Amino acid sequence: MSEILLLVEAKDGILDKKTLELMRGAKGLGSQLGVEANAVVVGSQTAQLAESAASFGLDKVYRLEHPLLEGFNADAWVGGLEWLCGQVKPGIFLMSHSFVGKEVGPRLACRLNTGLTTDCLNLRVDPEDGLLVRTKPIYGGNAIATVKCEGVPQMVTVRKNAFEPIDEAQTRSAIVDMAPGIAESSIRVKTIQTVEQEVVELDKANVVISGGRGIEAKEDFEMLEALAAALSGSHGNVMVGCSRPVVDKCWMSSDRQVGLTGTIISPDAYIAVGISGAIQHLVGMIRSKKIVAINTDPGCNMFKVADYGVVGDYRDIVPALVKKLEER
Amino acid sequence: MKEPQIIVCAKQIPDPEAPFSDVTVNVEKKQVSVDAPDVISPYDENALEAAIRIKEELGGKITVLSMGRKVSDTVLRKTIAAGADSLVLLEDPLFEGLDSFSTAHVLSCAIKKIGDWDLVLTGRQAGDWDSGQVGLILGEMLDVACVSLARSIKIDDGKLLVEKTVPVGYEVVEAALPALVTVSNEVGELRYVARSKMLGLLRRPMTIPKWNSKDLGCDVERLRKLQLTELAPPADMGRECTLIEGSAEEQAERLAAVLAELR
Ligand SMILES: Cc1cc2nc3c(=O)[nH]c(=O)nc-3n(C[C@H](O)[C@H](O)[C@H](O)COP(=O)(O)OP(=O)(O)OC[C@H]3O[C@@H](n4cnc5c(N)ncnc54)[C@H](O)[C@@H]3O)c2cc1C
Ligand SMILES: Nc1ncnc2c1ncn2[C@@H]1O[C@H](COP(=O)(O)O)[C@@H](O)[C@H]1O
Repeated sequence: MSEILLLVEAKDGILDKKTLELMRGAKGLGSQLGVEANAVVVGSQTAQLAESAASFGLDKVYRLEHPLLEGFNADAWVGGLEWLCGQVKPGIFLMSHSFVGKEVGPRLACRLNTGLTTDCLNLRVDPEDGLLVRTKPIYGGNAIATVKCEGVPQMVTVRKNAFEPIDEAQTRSAIVDMAPGIAESSIRVKTIQTVEQEVVELDKANVVISGGRGIEAKEDFEMLEALAAALSGSHGNVMVGCSRPVVDKCWMSSDRQVGLTGTIISPDAYIAVGISGAIQHLVGMIRSKKIVAINTDPGCNMFKVADYGVVGDYRDIVPALVKKLEER
Repeated sequence: MKEPQIIVCAKQIPDPEAPFSDVTVNVEKKQVSVDAPDVISPYDENALEAAIRIKEELGGKITVLSMGRKVSDTVLRKTIAAGADSLVLLEDPLFEGLDSFSTAHVLSCAIKKIGDWDLVLTGRQAGDWDSGQVGLILGEMLDVACVSLARSIKIDDGKLLVEKTVPVGYEVVEAALPALVTVSNEVGELRYVARSKMLGLLRRPMTIPKWNSKDLGCDVERLRKLQLTELAPPADMGRECTLIEGSAEEQAERLAAVLAELR
């Protein structure tokens, strides 16, 4: 088999943690198969990023550079990566199950006439047929499927935490310049405006307090904010999150959504207020160290996964709790 | 400009919101069974809602496509009740358990057979396998502009304008038609369909075209099944829950103590 390739992602020049995880995964597979484990950085000015990517002991870092690859335009990136795969013919291609991976993966797989498995938790190679064996949650996480796909490269997007992030290495990777031809005419979708919203990074919080459909009115989220404020003196970074119905009602932006299609978090404490505990929500917070549930329904699922439960109306409990915390 | 012809791809799946006590994982048969009625995959309902809003503004026609070994028109007629103009079922024993690429191939054959279309909408991901692939692959196969994760869709002066969710907020993107857009929940829920309207529609005789692989001229050599080698239940997520009882005042007192401990 030929090399293993992974797509590097970075923000403000800093490598994404998921990329460091992929690097460990790629290196592991590479040494198991006796092939190179390489990475590709994509952009219009990639020198610095390539240097940082080169310090983790992979064999090569490709600099896929072109003016149209500036920022992230899916048409350009798919075209550029299609070209690169034509040049280096990777046997395995790994991407993060991130915004970029989800957008590029299916289109690239289609162009390369191969299969793709998204949101993998685990990867190994079947020694018999050399195919990548992919484990992924299905039915929201109610079952774990193991699948295989034909086609070269073997392509996957990988969920965060599938591997430990890689450590810096003694040896530096070789940096290889790659200049794809990308036609201006291949860019069919043009961004005419980017509206930056204040985005919270829920996965950085020590404590997350989430409200669900049980929260009656948008204003009632102020109670959760008050609770966050009461805890933040003693508990560090405390943020307010939510379940999906709250986003659907436009009470909160989607960066605050916890779950399968939101953010996956593992804070020290998670406080679920008026959230029933649907599987798609649970997969986002089940790795929290401690889980506290406040819910009027003693039979709700959230109590089954919680460490502490309070059966009651949040409108009674939360303000009283804030008061007690302030008295302490 | 001519009135837009919109195609919405809708998958019928077991209710993904069914409580997990109703979900059985059969390891031997490698099957998941859900003890709940089938529904239209939620994001596909969002896609239909987006289509109906465009039609309300500009007129035109909405066709819903659904593929499977067997698809139930009682589940899918809801799309007509909500505002779609026609429903086409793509049914064939060969269409069972297809992978994403093959699913997109069948859908692309149906779309080519329909011929006159400006916009194809799909859900961002189906609520059963959560793959999130078929839409974008379909866009590639149709060789048109692809936009993912739409939170609002407009056609203005024959051009497509989409607000798409991105990590920093959202982008307004522009493309020429025809195009394919995958739709996210931010678009809003499918409008409410009164039960009486739904029941009336179920009784009304309606010819719903069914196309099989021959009608579609699919390349059956290209149809591949998903290769499921193993299926397992998830790790047990249950924890021992300490219930904090008493009056709200007492509960708050004890909860405050618990939280203080968690530092
Ligand atoms: C493909 C797919 C992806 C999804 N992704 C996500 C995701 O990422 N994140 C997510 O959250 N969901 C997701 N969902 C939706 C998920 O299935 C559930 O619909 C959702 O999580 C339910 O949210 P909820 O618990 O807030 O609402 P509900 O299930 O309606 O629960 C509300 C709860 O509030 C309680 N309550 C009511 N009044 C009060 C009160 N006064 N005080 C205290 N408690 C009260 C009720 O007892 C109930 O338990 C997804 C679904 C699908 C199909
Ligand atoms: N069998 C199907 N019939 C109709 N549309 C489908 C089918 N499978 C997938 N789709 C469409 O493709 C989207 C993404 O599906 P998936 O890639 O399976 O997550 C869905 O939201 C549907 O809009």
